[in-house]
Amino acid sequence: MKPFYKKFSEKFIEGLLMISGTVTSLTVVLIVFFLFKEGIGVFDQKPTENGYVIAVSKTNPLSKVAPEDIKNIYDQKITHWNEVGGKPDSIILFRLEDISNYYSDEAIGENFEGLAGCISRLTDSLPGIIAFFPEKYLDKDFKGKVLDVDKVSLSGFFMGKEWFPTAQPSAQLGVMPLVLGTLWVSLGAILLALPLGLAASVYMSEIANERVRRIMKPLIELLAGIPSVVYGFFGLVIIVPLIQETFNLPVGETGLAGSIVLGIMALPTIITISEDAMRNTPRAMKEASLALGASKWQTIYKVVVPYSISGITAGAILGIGRAIGETMAVLMVTGNAAVIPHSILEPVRTIPATIAAELGEAPSGGLHYKALFALGCILFLITLFINLSVEFITGRKKYNKH
Amino acid sequence: MKKKLIVLAVALYTTAGFAQKLKGSDTVLPLAQKEAESYMKQNKSAKITVTGGGSGVGLAALVDGTTDIAMASRKIKMAEKMKLQDAGKAVKEAVIAYDALAVIVNPSNKVSQLTREQLEGIFTGKIRNWKEVGGEDLQITVYSRETSSGTYEFFKEHVLNNKNYASTVLSMPATGAIVQSVSQTKGAIGYVGLAYIEKDVKAIKVSYDKGKTYTAPSMATAKDKTYPVIRPLYYYYLATVEKTVKPFIDYMLSAEGQKIVEEVGYVPLSK
Repeated sequence: MKPFYKKFSEKFIEGLLMISGTVTSLTVVLIVFFLFKEGIGVFDQKPTENGYVIAVSKTNPLSKVAPEDIKNIYDQKITHWNEVGGKPDSIILFRLEDISNYYSDEAIGENFEGLAGCISRLTDSLPGIIAFFPEKYLDKDFKGKVLDVDKVSLSGFFMGKEWFPTAQPSAQLGVMPLVLGTLWVSLGAILLALPLGLAASVYMSEIANERVRRIMKPLIELLAGIPSVVYGFFGLVIIVPLIQETFNLPVGETGLAGSIVLGIMALPTIITISEDAMRNTPRAMKEASLALGASKWQTIYKVVVPYSISGITAGAILGIGRAIGETMAVLMVTGNAAVIPHSILEPVRTIPATIAAELGEAPSGGLHYKALFALGCILFLITLFINLSVEFITGRKKYNKH
Repeated sequence: MKKKLIVLAVALYTTAGFAQKLKGSDTVLPLAQKEAESYMKQNKSAKITVTGGGSGVGLAALVDGTTDIAMASRKIKMAEKMKLQDAGKAVKEAVIAYDALAVIVNPSNKVSQLTREQLEGIFTGKIRNWKEVGGEDLQITVYSRETSSGTYEFFKEHVLNNKNYASTVLSMPATGAIVQSVSQTKGAIGYVGLAYIEKDVKAIKVSYDKGKTYTAPSMATAKDKTYPVIRPLYYYYLATVEKTVKPFIDYMLSAEGQKIVEEVGYVPLSK
């Protein structure tokens, strides 16, 4: 009876473990699937708001205007049609609320019955007009010409240099400044954190005595437990003014501030993992080195560091991974201006900060919403690449050993 | 077992009858919370839960039917309206209060008044130095809210004349962060709600008539509408649940409710 019972419970536990394993992997797959499904949807959308049309006069030779030109037209940076390949007429902007400048309330009607007709007549009478209005006010026999709007293009999305997701009439979705900003800040963070982290881990594993180590280790691990908002606030109040004064900048919210905060946040990961790797160096190897007459320092950099190099690299890469995905701290200190950074002393905008700041207000299922999911896909691919490199590097170590 | 289920269902139904969910704009959130608290104190049977997340989140929840009232700091967008229409739902709008936006600069800045045209130039990147608007030779650093916040949109529509912000504008995640940054950056300019003005920043006078009259932002000037940069705050709800949400909205619009509006730092509706 007993063996049967034992066997049964064993099987039961085995099954339970298998189920939890499957559920976890399934969840991950589902999340990734959802992310990409929403993200890829952005290329199926037009950059103008749903339910709106852009129209010009029939006499206008253009039938298509690029999204960035539409934005510049409505910002009044382009004021004549010949700048975008049309006639030399000056451009007359029209939005729905401008209708009262042209027609009386009676003509428009109390419930806007006459509005569609008014817009149609107006586009007919003004050759330089560009009109942006809801599709439902498009007259059945509209006398103007509705402009063709292309869907968001791959090249416009990845190579575009302007991020104005809520611009009207045409949103600008160029993610280049965001991707570069993310990489820039993370690179800065790792350049700051790696030397410091390595020095600290060498000290802790090889030089410090047991008592110092016992105090230092939990202290450093405590760094990982501080909420990132606290880091962000600390950065905004202490680091930002400090950078501003030191470099005599007009503004302290820069990529460097983000790098410093992220560097501090990546330190515990780097130190803990590389210290563990160094302490795993076989005692026999170290003693052999010392017995051959090598000094302590020579032993460290000829024996301990080379032996644990894969662990150190893994720590560094996981540190970067943390830095790239970090949201709140960066959001508070980097200034978030979506311009392509030329130096680390300029404001930058990162992908996670963009998603965190904008998703709450974006109309769900819309263009902006999907663009943010596409950003999430890019971030996912970057971190996936990083994790694969960790796999590759730690895998190589096993290969060397056997 | 079945009996229990029925009891549970009945219990759920009855509480649903009284419970109201509000969701949306983080700007409206503190106000709605205060209003809900005092409303529930008076009506013991009422139960109101208020959550934030942003105007977009609130309106999306209205479409899904997961909230009764969507709070918004901007007008409902065409796309959102059409979504509701597709779902066969008619939406109603109520303006519950006003929020005045103040333009703030660093206290060390000598400039104390700007016209709307100058503000437009500064925020769209045409004016880049304080000396162009009568200040010292100092680069202007512009702080703004995030692209999707209702505040950003409102400022764009009413001050920038619908033009886009310059891409060099720094966007901050919260109003508090703008105040902090403006207080520690010499050439800074930003915009915040009236309630956020404090001694570390200087609110400037604004003119909407090309420099004839400049008005300083304050509760008094916002109330009598002489201060021009003022926006409405909205509640959106479905026409079908009007009966259940009406008492609370009426309470908010009552004299007592509007007193709370002023206490929280927003501008009450003028009767």
